[in-house]
Amino acid sequence: MAQTERRDAPELPDFSLLKRLARDQLIFLLEQLPGKKDLFIDADLMSPLDRIANVTILKQHEVDKLYKVELKPIVSSSDQLCFLIRPRIQTVKWISELVNSDKTAGRFRRYKIIFTPQKFYACETVLEEQGVYGDVTTDEWNFYILPLDDDILSLELPEFFRDNFLEGDQRWVTTGGSALNLLQSVYGSFSKIYGIGRCAKMVYESWRELMEQGEQRTRQPEFAKVFLIDRDVDFVTPLCSQVVYEGLVDDIFRIKCGSVEFGPDVTSSDKSIKVMLNSQDKVFNEIRNEHFSNVFGFLSQKAKNLQTAYDKRRGMDIQQMKAFVADELKGLKQEHRLLSLHIGASESMMKKKTKQDFQELLKTEHSLLEGFEIRECITCIEEHINRQVSMIESLRLLCLLSITENGLLSKDYRSLKAQYLQSYGIEHLLTFANLKQLGLLEEQQAGETLTVMESKVGKLVNDKTAGKLTDAFSSLAKKSNFRALSKKLTLVPKSGEEYDLRVPRDMAYIFSGAYIPLSCKLIEQVLERDGWTGLEEVSRMLNGQEFAVTGGSSSSEARTKTDAQRIVLVMFLGGCTFSEISALRFLGKERGCRFIVLTTAITNSARLLEAFLDNHP
Amino acid sequence: MAFVTANWNPLGEAFYRKIELYEMGWNLKDGLRECLVAAAPYGGPIALLKGRIRRSPSARPQLEIYSSSGLPLASFPWKSGVVKQLGWTVTDDLLCVQEDGTVLVYDLFGGFKRHFSMGNEVSQSQVLDTKIFHSPYGTGVAILTGALRFTLATNIDDIKLRRLPEVPGLQGASSCWAVLTQDRQCKVLVANESQLFILDNTACTPVTPPGLSPEASSIVHICVSFSYKYLALITDSGHVWMGTSNLKEKLSEVDTKIKTPPKQMAWCRRPKSQQPSAVVMWDGLLLVVGESKETIKYHLDDESILVPELDGVRIISGTHHELLQEVPGACEEIFKIASMAPGALLLEAHKEYEKESQKADEYLREIKEQSLLSEAVRQCVEAAGHEHEPETQKTLLRAASFGKCFLSNFPPEQFVSMCRDLRVLNAVRDYTVGIPLTHTQFKQMTLQVLIDRLVYRKLYPLAIEVCRYLKTPEYLGVSRVLKHWACFKVQQKEESDEVIAKAVSVKLADAAGISYSEIATKAYESGRTELAIKLLEFEPRSGEQVPLLLKMKKSPLALSKAIESGDTDLVYTVVMYLKNELNRGDFFMMLRNQPVALSLYRQFCKHQEQDTLKDLFNQDDDHEELGNFYVKASYKEKRLEARIALLQSAVDEYYKAKNEFSAKATEDEMRLLRFQRKLEEEKGEPLVGFPLHETMTMLLSVGLHKHAEQLYKDFRVPDKRFWWLKLKALAEKEDWEELEKFAKSKKSPIGYLPFVEVCIKRHNKFEAKKYVSKVTPEQKVKAHLAVGDVEGAAEAAIERRSESEISTVLSRCSSTTDHLLMERLNRAKATAAKK
Repeated sequence: MAQTERRDAPELPDFSLLKRLARDQLIFLLEQLPGKKDLFIDADLMSPLDRIANVTILKQHEVDKLYKVELKPIVSSSDQLCFLIRPRIQTVKWISELVNSDKTAGRFRRYKIIFTPQKFYACETVLEEQGVYGDVTTDEWNFYILPLDDDILSLELPEFFRDNFLEGDQRWVTTGGSALNLLQSVYGSFSKIYGIGRCAKMVYESWRELMEQGEQRTRQPEFAKVFLIDRDVDFVTPLCSQVVYEGLVDDIFRIKCGSVEFGPDVTSSDKSIKVMLNSQDKVFNEIRNEHFSNVFGFLSQKAKNLQTAYDKRRGMDIQQMKAFVADELKGLKQEHRLLSLHIGASESMMKKKTKQDFQELLKTEHSLLEGFEIRECITCIEEHINRQVSMIESLRLLCLLSITENGLLSKDYRSLKAQYLQSYGIEHLLTFANLKQLGLLEEQQAGETLTVMESKVGKLVNDKTAGKLTDAFSSLAKKSNFRALSKKLTLVPKSGEEYDLRVPRDMAYIFSGAYIPLSCKLIEQVLERDGWTGLEEVSRMLNGQEFAVTGGSSSSEARTKTDAQRIVLVMFLGGCTFSEISALRFLGKERGCRFIVLTTAITNSARLLEAFLDNHP
Repeated sequence: MAFVTANWNPLGEAFYRKIELYEMGWNLKDGLRECLVAAAPYGGPIALLKGRIRRSPSARPQLEIYSSSGLPLASFPWKSGVVKQLGWTVTDDLLCVQEDGTVLVYDLFGGFKRHFSMGNEVSQSQVLDTKIFHSPYGTGVAILTGALRFTLATNIDDIKLRRLPEVPGLQGASSCWAVLTQDRQCKVLVANESQLFILDNTACTPVTPPGLSPEASSIVHICVSFSYKYLALITDSGHVWMGTSNLKEKLSEVDTKIKTPPKQMAWCRRPKSQQPSAVVMWDGLLLVVGESKETIKYHLDDESILVPELDGVRIISGTHHELLQEVPGACEEIFKIASMAPGALLLEAHKEYEKESQKADEYLREIKEQSLLSEAVRQCVEAAGHEHEPETQKTLLRAASFGKCFLSNFPPEQFVSMCRDLRVLNAVRDYTVGIPLTHTQFKQMTLQVLIDRLVYRKLYPLAIEVCRYLKTPEYLGVSRVLKHWACFKVQQKEESDEVIAKAVSVKLADAAGISYSEIATKAYESGRTELAIKLLEFEPRSGEQVPLLLKMKKSPLALSKAIESGDTDLVYTVVMYLKNELNRGDFFMMLRNQPVALSLYRQFCKHQEQDTLKDLFNQDDDHEELGNFYVKASYKEKRLEARIALLQSAVDEYYKAKNEFSAKATEDEMRLLRFQRKLEEEKGEPLVGFPLHETMTMLLSVGLHKHAEQLYKDFRVPDKRFWWLKLKALAEKEDWEELEKFAKSKKSPIGYLPFVEVCIKRHNKFEAKKYVSKVTPEQKVKAHLAVGDVEGAAEAAIERRSESEISTVLSRCSSTTDHLLMERLNRAKATAAKK
């Protein structure tokens, strides 16, 4: 089954406009430093920049050589250096050192720093402290949003998550506000804003302030509803293994800025190929949201169709052949190429994922989500650690265990932690401290007897009843939130029922029918109720901070059911996964609306957990 | 109406008129005699310095400021040095240039604002003569020093002193000079006897006015027009020469036949003038000279001064204030005797209409026949703008309105805006306000500036009325006026903070775009900190409050406001400020109460000042974080001793934090490090820094089994881990002998299936088979299949009677070779299923 679009699906706004705006501003900024110049670019800005302005465009505006910022001494003979960087202290410090060393060498150059998406006072302080404030000029490139696809917009700020949630550094909040403001100024005002989470609230506030300062525009909105959600509202979803094609590709090959590099094992040649993954790729577009188990069947069907299309050639006369070559052949060739790539990718993934380990991993995950056979899961995780299967995977399972169980028993916590340290070294003490800080991996406090009791009961009675007991207890307990939430929102479908992954019945299909992502479920519920009424208990368990505000343009109220009313912008603060996007696409299809995802960055379990490592390579 | 032309005087082609603006409200005993007078253009205020020539040593000169109508605005005795010149800036501030080159700045009400110096050179050689001038860059001051050199500042708000080149042969101050703006540069034009020089930044260039009559032996007076485009000279032979200021063209030359040097000379032009003309003033005589040989003579009763304006010259005497100007075209057309211009006819028509005479129709018909009615209306409207008397204005506008009735699609804007403008102009021309602006001047200066002028004079209600009447956007109009009012209000010392704060908030409540922080800054500057804080409370944007709060040293408040604003840059600004301002302890204490600021500062320290970070944790007694800090520091440290020392500190901190787990783990790490070093020294294997697991693997792979065992025991490594580890390490080495020994050493805690798998992975079926028999029954099938022994697997599966296992085996059978086996399996499957 290929997921086809509903015919009444609303048109999505044209986001290429955002690219054009960004490009024009960048060119303007480059022209501010006339003459030939060398351009230094932050490594993680390379790919986004490429989407906006390629090398040819840069060269047209007198960029001589391009370098990646490596925080090392440079070799450049140019008299003008331009730095295109994120506002990070280390980078600015490096530039200051560069300027100072030029100064001591008696070399005169012109320096310009372009901060994107904005400059921070802290960076300027560094310039000042290093005594080079007068030697460099600074500018801002307000490149807030990169459209990755028709329905995915990204701020490309992976550090947002760590800075904001772990370090409590709220400087990116204004960036979020500005991004929304930009969307609003280009695509019209929003009529309704929902949100949950502390950061979401702050972003909303910052945006509102910007809105009040700017001029009011009353133009036809292109999407009317906005939902803001903090990543820390739902950690379970990004910690689960992804099994939908796009998510799986991301987990295994790591999609970077909408493109992926397939290695020799996929391309079945000796070189790697970079492929753009978006709706332009027809093959990919049809399988991206599919459960992996369906993908092969689909691909082989596709291959057959392709063959038939090729076979049409037989029995053609010259004229028909000419038309065929002119009109179809190129398309077929292209499709052929893509098809073989995706088949290659699927095979490679298949090899990795059908292994015993992976199956067991999935089983453990599902048990954790359901809350069954916890003991076995712990043993399994222990073995995982002992065998040093994977540093990140082990951590992922530990976190999943802790969140779903509302913390680990002291004994388990200590022993698992000790084992982990033995496997991966003492510096992970810091990782654990970080995880604890955000509540991803915690020790149950003495006194939380309920869960202790549960596990005892669990040993006596068989597991299924224990699961139910847990539910009963958790509504009493103060913190056992995941179980209670899961129950309240029926996130985990009843086990035992067959789930036909070919005909998904709900969003749970993205996790093989085992779990409906909490984040997406919340969005569904709130949109359905047009607010938080009836979800008070849920929001309380999620630490509150929810809001629903009617926007400035009341005129749009009157036009219900226009296309714009059926487009919802969902902003994930701290990143979202491809699985979540797939789930939202599914939801949109069910409800006859479309979702646009605006995220600070695309994340997955590995990226999420890597953010907790301290200075680890 | 018939008297409109009574004060007109013809000169050549044009007419000139002298209108009385005010009878002066001041009461000057000696008129303007012996006074230093300065009147600002655009109907601005007048400053007088009386009694400059001291009659007794105790007598001080008196400085007085009046409106154009002579109403007193300020008066105070002059206590500073000798004043050489007075002048007004474009923002209605009074400049007093002293002999020593110091310039004192006062506001309209005589409040001292600031002073600045024109440089050492000026103060040493003293000021001989001064001119204050206006240019697109602001108000400038030019000084001729005692050393006969010129010093110039183009804009007093951004002083850049320029000393101009020397003028050859200049002697004494008898010469005359003027400042003019040309080619975006301010230059000085100076006359020395009959020679004329232009001084700019770099050079002194001699110039000659084209066609200057040769009779003259010296130039006695120079004046430049309001627009700097024209220049007029008068020579000792009494000739007035007029030309362009670039000295390329001569416009006219007139012989006045008066050989005494004039007291003052000024251009009398207006935009679109018909002829160049200047006004020259001697004692008791005023002369208008133009293109013709004739001149207009006015008699002056009293000591007067001339104030050049954009479209005429104002004449201020001790008793009167008059405007002398060329009669504007539209007025001339309409009021000239026996004029047949369409405007004149329309005015006539309207007059007849008022008299209910049918002649009205005749006049109208006459205009309409030439289809000039719209022209007629336009003329009337324009003329109304140039008339000073409201009565005349009304008559003209009524006529225009009358004419409009007979036009179908005449655009109303001109008429409407003229009515509005005149209403405003009449209001500000009022005696009590005293700003005698002409319509031309008003258009040139713009409404914005007029409102500013009203605000400078504290005429707030009038300013607000004007804004409302002319429908100026609120933030440009009413709000701005209110802000000025509030800034003034907060300086009133006699009222209490509460009263003022209340008054301000009530008045400003619903005005858009008010910046309370600006008002609060004013309050603070006038020494009312408490009031400033109160006012800041009204500021809706908390970000705006911060800079002032910092200035007022209200740092805790500033910090919390910054945090409230959600702008981290602002928080950062405050934090950095506090860091420099407070001592460390207080600084940390303050951060402690503000988590947002604290985490921001921590972020900064992480990159910039590691040690400060440590101090921060220390201050908070945050031993946990300190422990983490040391651990982190340790793995950045290359030298082992230092590393262990850091870890020891971490251990201490963890114990203090009662985190025994971390303390123990860290101690283990130290032990491991020492062990690794010892072994590294002994065996030469690079071990230091690897995790325990890795270390053991490495030891095993180089055959140091005993040492590995030791670690296993010392660090209480779980059996399972050790078995997995050793198993992998041995297989990796393909040390099958040792593996077998290991398998037999005791019962495997991880079972024997891993043994099988490990061997298969290394493609050693033979070794693998050795372990198949040891595998537990549950895993037997898997084990057999792993080594490729289908029959064995079948055997085991049948024995276990497990349907799923049988199926697994079946799927591995190939129908060609294992035919028999398959049959057996199928049979067994059937029985298993039955059961």
